[in-house]
Amino acid sequence: MTDKPELDEHSGVYTTGHEWDGIKELNTPLPKWWLYINYISIVWAIIYCIFMPSWPGLPGMGYFKGLRNHSERANVAVALDKLQAARAANAQSLTSISLDQVENDPDLLTFAMAAGRSAFGDNCATCHGSNGIGSVGYPALNDDVWLWGGNLDEIKQTITYGIRSGHDEARFSQMPAFGRDELLSGSEISDLTELVLAMGGSDHDQSAAARATTNFEEQCSICHAEDGTGDRYQGAPNLIDSEWLFGGSRSEITETIANSRFGIMPNWEQRLQPWTIDSLAVYVHSLGGGE
Amino acid sequence: MEKSMPRKGMGLDVLTLAVVLIVLSVLGLLWSAGTQDPLLQVHTWIMTGAFVLGLVALAMKGFAGLDNDQSRYNEGIIKAGVIATLFWGIVGFLVGVIIAFQLAFPALNIEGIGWLNFGRLRPIHTSAVIFAFGGNALMVTSFYVVQRTNRARLAGGIWPWFVFWGYQLFILLAASGYIMGVTQSKEYAEPEWYVDIWLTVVWVSYLLVFLGTLMKRKQAHIYVANWFYLSFIVTVAMLHIVNNLSMPVTLYGIKSYSAFSGVQDALTQWWYGHNAVGFFLTAGFLGIMYYFVPKRAERPVYSYRLSIIHFWALIFTYIWAGPHHLHYTALPEWTQTLGMVFSVVLWMPSWGGMINGLMTLSGAWDKLRTDPVMRMMVVSVAFYGMSTFEGPVMAIRSVNSLSHYTDWTVGHVHSGTLGWVGFVSFGAIYCLVPWIWKRKRLYSNDMVEWHFWIATIGIVFYITSMWVSGIMQGLMWRAYNSFGFLEYSFVETVEAMHPYYIIRATGGLLFLIGALIMAYNIWRTIRGDVRKVEPLPEAEPLAAAIPAE
Repeated sequence: MTDKPELDEHSGVYTTGHEWDGIKELNTPLPKWWLYINYISIVWAIIYCIFMPSWPGLPGMGYFKGLRNHSERANVAVALDKLQAARAANAQSLTSISLDQVENDPDLLTFAMAAGRSAFGDNCATCHGSNGIGSVGYPALNDDVWLWGGNLDEIKQTITYGIRSGHDEARFSQMPAFGRDELLSGSEISDLTELVLAMGGSDHDQSAAARATTNFEEQCSICHAEDGTGDRYQGAPNLIDSEWLFGGSRSEITETIANSRFGIMPNWEQRLQPWTIDSLAVYVHSLGGGE
Repeated sequence: MEKSMPRKGMGLDVLTLAVVLIVLSVLGLLWSAGTQDPLLQVHTWIMTGAFVLGLVALAMKGFAGLDNDQSRYNEGIIKAGVIATLFWGIVGFLVGVIIAFQLAFPALNIEGIGWLNFGRLRPIHTSAVIFAFGGNALMVTSFYVVQRTNRARLAGGIWPWFVFWGYQLFILLAASGYIMGVTQSKEYAEPEWYVDIWLTVVWVSYLLVFLGTLMKRKQAHIYVANWFYLSFIVTVAMLHIVNNLSMPVTLYGIKSYSAFSGVQDALTQWWYGHNAVGFFLTAGFLGIMYYFVPKRAERPVYSYRLSIIHFWALIFTYIWAGPHHLHYTALPEWTQTLGMVFSVVLWMPSWGGMINGLMTLSGAWDKLRTDPVMRMMVVSVAFYGMSTFEGPVMAIRSVNSLSHYTDWTVGHVHSGTLGWVGFVSFGAIYCLVPWIWKRKRLYSNDMVEWHFWIATIGIVFYITSMWVSGIMQGLMWRAYNSFGFLEYSFVETVEAMHPYYIIRATGGLLFLIGALIMAYNIWRTIRGDVRKVEPLPEAEPLAAAIPAE
């Protein structure tokens, strides 16, 4: 341990004279560039605080608002108002004319498609998939299969009030759970499964399918129609088009007949502006299967 | 060296610890009996078991036979700390790799094994790397450095062991709690009230051991590394206690409610969170840097004056910077401004440490070529400089409006943690193991080279992919078309990040592989092996490898 500063030959600087476990320290002055940048950052901080809201007052006094009287909240409010104003004319036109007419007005159509695409991505794609490709339990919107109707007004109706959403105007229907509620026996359900497979053109047990004919007429045809083509008024799916919302395998069809399966779509009028819903209807209509 | 002197009779330290453990065991039993909460039952049994084990260990050592020879350093605890650091490091890195792959491939969140999903594993990763790996690295190096630079044995006799094992118990309680879903949902402060109380007891003991050692020092002055360690211990105690102020619903249940709510809660949380970065991951590890870099380089510290000025500037400024985590939120704008300007002012105080670290190499730069351990520590200081520049930039509100909530933040954190915290800890352990186990050198220097290069490439993969992904993500979120509608839906931005998530996970995997190589190398070194193809040079001076006492 030394107490005398020593000259470090490499740097030409003296040590402080302290030593800890063999470690010594040079008495090098602060690097000038380091010191000056530090001063500059402090001066900058003070200037910034003078111009911007930066200091609390005593209780009841509010806070120091800065020479610029800057307010992020006020700026956002102004920006949102501006945006609303810029969209106002198009939004007004959208809601005042019929949706068929929108498709004939190129400018308005461009606006509606942009609005619809954006709203779809953030509200609908979660279930219906990007670009409406659909998935199990969530209908594809880019094909020509429509449960409740595929023209512009029908689509708008569905989006506005939803399906089984609880809204008074919502589209509503419910298939009975034939197995769970003991409306049909297990063997009747498996026979019906064979019949539904037959209608869809899949491999099936012919004699079992034949046994189910009466049950189909009594239990199913009232909604799905005698020929199995379904009924849009009740949202009853077409059974002969080989498109399946909950799957078309033997076990999946049995599961649907036995326990009944259906989805719920929210009533978007509670959340989206009318013109946004119009735009969504136009967008969904354009995805590939609009009628 | 002569054998250390066995002490006569049971010391006061052993007596107090035995009494404390008996009381805790009884309390633990009563608590286990009283609770109906199955999750708390698991924890009360773990705690009671740990207290009883502690008593058994004391009894087996015969109470009186415990070494407390004041003429010698406490080295047993350093050995234990090195092993704990490596163990928790590998656990933490491994869980990090798993969750990185879970982000890239969500199917890896296996259905039916809920406790292995991302939400449960993520806090295990963060706590394991910060508190278990980082915490053990800080404890072990601080215990080593405070003894050597003050020429005094650790104070408190047996109590440093209580600190060590008590801290491991804290880690076990925290991690098992996360898996079971016990969390108060505060980032980096997830453990519930009773684990927080336990950590407070352990941490205060740690502070007393450290202070006690400083008080019996045989040096007139206190070395700079100890200032940093002490500021880390004191401030973390304050942060931990304030942020975790809460009221348990019942003493026999896990759930508690925070004393703060709304934006006050958010600000307290980020005052805590940012200073966990500032005092745990920065000040503490600067303590490591200030001892191990000059020691390894065998050069004097570059500037004593700089160390004083940047120490106080760093300590004063860091504590105000937390609000930059809450830009563009319900936090009042004046608070955001203050958080931002203090963050920018923090730039040079942070760089003071980098300058002192790098410039200490002046006169020994050739060691970068010949000594991979030295290179690891120097690269660590370089990462420290980079992330302490990036941090102030990201704290500027207009930059933050792009970077906030994106992967850029994740990349920034990891350039600091993998690069700075990880590498400086690895460097310190590579130094410590031959010193403390009295080996002439490491088992293999080539393996250190491999570790260095594999881990460095891993870090580069990690941070560059997160820069690209984060900035892209931020730009996609704010992209508008000519009508002012969002250009991309959220899920499209997630899809765009997929390739970068794979690169990031690969980077993390490389970092883990590096750590495994290190663990093997350390294990062989402890065994006293030297790799056959790398024989010891005949003339290697022993004095350089084993520090004088």
